[in-house]
Order: sequence, then C-alpha cells, then structure tokens
Amino acid sequence: MSLPMEQGILLAAILFCIGLIGLLTRRNVLFMLMSAEVMLNAAGLVFVVDGSVWGQADGQVMFIFILTMAAAEVCVGLALIIQLFKKFKSVDTDRASAMRG
Amino acid sequence: MRELLWLIVALPFAGSVVLAVAGRKLPRLVCACVGVGSIAVAAVITILIGVDFLNNNSTGISYDQMLWQWMDVYGLSVDVAFNLDAVSLTFIFVITFVGALIHLYSAEFMWKEEGFARFFAFMNLFVGFMLILVLADNFLLLYLGWEGVGLCSFLLIGFWYKDPANGSAARKAFVVTRVGDTALVIGLFILFMTYHTLNIRYILASAPGTWAVGSGIAMATAFLLLAGALGKSAQLPLQTWLPDAMAAPSPVSALIHAATMVTAGVYLIARTHVLFDLAPVAQSTVAIIGATTLLVAGLSALNQHDIKRVLAYSTISQIGYMFLALGVGAWSAAIFHFMIHAFFKALLFLGAGSVIWVMHDEHNMFRMGGLWKKLPVTFWTFLIGAASLTALPLVTAGFYSKDKILWLSYVSDRGSTGLWLAGLAGAFITALYTFRMVFVTFFGNAKADPTQRPGLLMTLPLVVLGILSFAGGFIELPGNMAHLTLFSDFIEKTLPITTIREFGNNTELLFEFIAAGMAIAGVMVAYRLYFNKSFPSAEPERNALQKFLYKGWDFDLLYDKVIVTPIVFLSRVDKNDFINRFYNGLASLTQVMHVALSTTQNGKLRWYAMVLAIGAIITLTILLYP
Repeated sequence: MSLPMEQGILLAAILFCIGLIGLLTRRNVLFMLMSAEVMLNAAGLVFVVDGSVWGQADGQVMFIFILTMAAAEVCVGLALIIQLFKKFKSVDTDRASAMRG
Repeated sequence: MRELLWLIVALPFAGSVVLAVAGRKLPRLVCACVGVGSIAVAAVITILIGVDFLNNNSTGISYDQMLWQWMDVYGLSVDVAFNLDAVSLTFIFVITFVGALIHLYSAEFMWKEEGFARFFAFMNLFVGFMLILVLADNFLLLYLGWEGVGLCSFLLIGFWYKDPANGSAARKAFVVTRVGDTALVIGLFILFMTYHTLNIRYILASAPGTWAVGSGIAMATAFLLLAGALGKSAQLPLQTWLPDAMAAPSPVSALIHAATMVTAGVYLIARTHVLFDLAPVAQSTVAIIGATTLLVAGLSALNQHDIKRVLAYSTISQIGYMFLALGVGAWSAAIFHFMIHAFFKALLFLGAGSVIWVMHDEHNMFRMGGLWKKLPVTFWTFLIGAASLTALPLVTAGFYSKDKILWLSYVSDRGSTGLWLAGLAGAFITALYTFRMVFVTFFGNAKADPTQRPGLLMTLPLVVLGILSFAGGFIELPGNMAHLTLFSDFIEKTLPITTIREFGNNTELLFEFIAAGMAIAGVMVAYRLYFNKSFPSAEPERNALQKFLYKGWDFDLLYDKVIVTPIVFLSRVDKNDFINRFYNGLASLTQVMHVALSTTQNGKLRWYAMVLAIGAIITLTILLYP
C-alpha cells in the first residue's frame, strides 16, 4: 500500500502553517517553542512521505536526524526559557526586547 | 670605536622613551640622571669617536654606518644609515657636548617645575632628532630629523602650556617653519625625480654632470632648499617665530639657539653646497639675505628690554653672519662661526636664565641692575660670552670666527664691498646691544635683590662654556698672525676651499684693525650711554621708529595683514562651500539610512520570525515562478 504523495505533502504544509502561525501569534515563549516543534515535524513528515513514495530508506534516516536535532534544540531552548523566566519573571518574549537598535 | 656611532643617536631616544613611559613614577633624581646621563654619555662617545676619526683619517674619507633598510618601494630605496665626515662630526660634537651642559644646567633650573620628566623627555628627543638630521646619509632621513626637530621645538616652546600665550608662540614657531619645510620637501621631490635616489653623496657627486651651472632646475632646487633653511634658521623673511620662541624655559632657548634647530639651515646649505655652486644666483641670495638679516635683527635687538629677546634677535643676527659666509663660499668659516656661536650663545642664554631664575621670572633687564657683585660667577662668565659675541679682538673666540667671515666676505670671489660693509655695521650694532645688555643688567643701582643663588649644577656649565668661548678660537688663527688653520683644514676635507681674489699684502691686517675698531667703538658707545646710568624700571617710552624696531620691523603686522586676514576673511565668506555641502549631504544620507535600518532591530522575537517567514515566502515565490 502506498500513500498518495499529494495528501502527505498537503498534510505537512498544513502542519507547517499551523506551526508558523502559532510562532507568530503567541507571546508565550513556551508555546513558541512548541510551534517550532510542530514546524520541524512537518518538515520530517515530508521526508517520510517522500521516502515511502520512492521506496527509499533515506527519508526515514533523515527523520531520525531531525528527531535527534529537535531533542537537542529543545534542551537548549528550555534552558533559555528558564533563564528568561528567572530574569524577567515572565515568559513573554516582548518583555525581552532590550536589544533593539 | 666608530662602530658605536649608532649609540650616539640611540641614547637620547632611549632616554626620551624611558622618561616618557615611566617618568611620572620615577623620582626626580632618577629622571635627572636619565635625562642628563643619556646626553652626557653620547657626548663622551662623540669625543672618543672624534679623537679616533682625527687620528686615523688623514685623507678625510667619511665613515658610513648602515643600520637597516627603511623602505624599498618602486625604486625609492631608503636606508637608515649614518654618514660621519668632518662637517657632521663638528655638528654632533657641538650638539652632544653643548647639549649635555645645557641638560646639566636644566637639572637644577627646572628642579621645582611641574613636568620635570616631561621636560627631559622632550629635550632628549630634541637632541636625538637633531643628531639624525646631521648624520643622515640620505635626504629622507634628514627630513625626518628636520621635522622631528620642528615637533620638539613646538613641544618645548609650549612647555608651560597653561599660559595660552606660550601655546600660541609654539604654534607660530611650528606654522612659520612649516612654510620653509614645504619648500624643502618640494626641493627633495625635484632631486628624486632627477636622480632617482635620495642618497646625499650620490646626488652631490652626480649633480655637476647632470645640471649645467645656472640652469633653471638647479636654480629652482637651490632656492627651494634655501627656503627650507630660511624657515628653520629664522632668516628673513621667515624669522618672526624666533623672538616669540622665548616663551620657552631658558635652557630650551639655549638648546634651540645654540646647539640645535636654528643651525639646521646652516647645515643644510653647507651639506648641499654643490647645488648652490650650480646656482650662483641662489648663492648670492643667501649672502644678501644673511647680510640683510644681520642688520635687521641687530637693530631690533637694540630696542628690546626683555633680556631673552635681545639674545633672540642676536641669534637671528649671528646666523645671518653664517648665511653671509655660506653665500660667499666661505664654508669652513660658517661652520667655525657656528661652533663658536654655539659656545657663547649657550653661555649667554644660560647666564640670562640664571639671572631670570634668581630674580623670580623677571625678564625686563631695566628692572635688574647692579647684579655683578651679587652673582659673580654668572657675571664674569656672561661677560666672557658677551665679549665673544661682540668679537673683542685677540682674546675672544668670537673675534677669530667673525673676523674670518668679514675678511672672506670681502676677498672671496663671490664677496663684495657691500656685503663687507653690512657685516661691519652689524659688528658695531652687535657690540652696542650686547654691552647695553651687560651694563643695564649687571651695573647701575640695584632695583631688586636676588633671593636665591645658582648652585654648582648651574654654574659649572657656565664656567665650561666660558672657557670654550674664550679659548675655542685659538684653533684657527688668521693668516697674518700665527697662520694656524687646524679647523679649516679639518672642514675642508669635506667642503671646498674658499676661492680668494687678489689683494695686497697688508690688507688683511687693515681689515682686522677696522673690524676690531668697530667692536671696540660699539662697546665705548654703549659705555657712554648705559654704564652706571639710572633707568626707570618701567618700560621706556618709545618713539615711532623705536616702536617699529622693537616689534621686529613689524613683520608680524605685515603677515597678519597680507596673509592671515585675507585667509580668515575668505574662510568666513565661504563657510558653507559647495564641496563641503556634497560631503555633508553624504553624511546626512548615511545617518538617515542608519536610523531606518536600526528601527528594524526592535528586539521583538516574533517580529524577527515574521520577517524571516516573509523572506522565505518571497524567495520561494521567486524560485518557483521565475
């Protein structure tokens, strides 16, 4: 059984847009991080779908890479969020805007 | 021994660097030891090298020391190399030896001043640059020393920088000499264009084969070099900076006027004498400028009341004598007078400094008087210096050097009666103003009491210089006396011998009598007018002519009207000139763009993410729908 390519990619695009909109609209940095995770997984889904359509393992290998990278990124991201919270007593990113030109 | 030549230059620079870097933290005694010691050791090495040079060098071959290559770009190859010959040896001897005595004197003179270490750092730097100037084997290194000397004169004239008048005197010295420096550097460009090198000896050796006598380019070069020399040596028409340079502490005046700086012009002309031989008009201009300057400055000296300004105008006048000698081709006489002048003028400045020091910064000699009993050492040494400056016959060194110039200004093949008469009149004026200064300062009734006595460090240099001003002349005696020509034999290993016209047998003796008579007559007139007279201590009333002479023939006023005022006027009219507008516009455009770009950096994370997303969308759109 093979997944139709168009549907897989459409799903990935919808997921990506949800993530992007979440990233742009949310002010809570925790949710922004989650939105970024959604976007990453959307990209991973494209790899998996394409690998399945063309019958190649590369897509899944790539997805493993993305998972690993996402795990590392979340570590750093969460550490930064803790520091942000310590400093500003809030997780609102707009508060941390001291680096304006 | 000669291999140590580099050390003579390196020592003053090392002393200067040490004092500049660590001077604030070192105690005064250490500063004085470093400052005086560096020059004193350099002087000792100079004397050792000089003895070695005199003993093992009967043919007059110069000694070269190549240190390193400075630069090599597109055919301009310049070395840092020194060249020691008779002329540069005489100069470095005077610079280090007289310089060391002046440094020793300053150690006591400046002891209580603020910025003691700074003073010695500048003084050492000054001596170092002057040594580079006279030892340089190429014109670029010479020019480095030339500009360095100008810089140090600026720093030292404005040493007491808290008084704005001193600062403006320093700027004046710097700007006026800069006029000459610019001419000099253009002259050096011409030399490089023609010979493709700046090596002095190579240029001097090949110049006669390249340029015809009296050709335009040789003339232009000689005049440009002359303009440079006029600026540094304070000759007409660039002499106005020197009297104002009296704002400096007295030892600085001694150093500028005796050992360094103002004699640089004399050195330059003597060094490039071949070029002046090729340009007879330029050379006779040198003589005429010298003769005019010595009269102009002498008359100004007669009307001063500040003891240091008398000496300042006297320096201009005496350097006028040297230029006169250079102009008539009496090269060795000019160098001889330079050396003797260094001795007695340093002595006079240091003596005047002592007087000013004990009288608490009183410069007006009409407020002194009667000092000869109270300051015996200063008085007797000052008297020897004054006698030497006056050229009293037989006993003083100044007589032998000045008489030689006067004699040669008449009998040399380039000399003339007019030049000789100018020199003779100058000798009379010199005697008059010198002994006016002596009588007013040291005789008559005392108007103020000195409160302190100069110590050993200040009197010792006076005594040594006094002995030299008295005995230094005996190494060169006129042809009809003992015919001793040690000095001119030595110098003529490097510089050509003066060509002399035909003259009768007894003429030289007659000329000596006339010159000696002039000097004595000047002293007599000064005696009649100024000895033991009581003068009001206020500034004397001056009539229009005296005022004119007092202000140095109003050259300052002339330059102010002719140059400064029009330039200030033009710059005021053209305050917003169009070229400036273009660049101002460029600047404001940059500022607007800066503001625009910096607003995008608002520090909001979501904003950045959105811009990123929009950028990605635009890029993808362009890629997908080309």
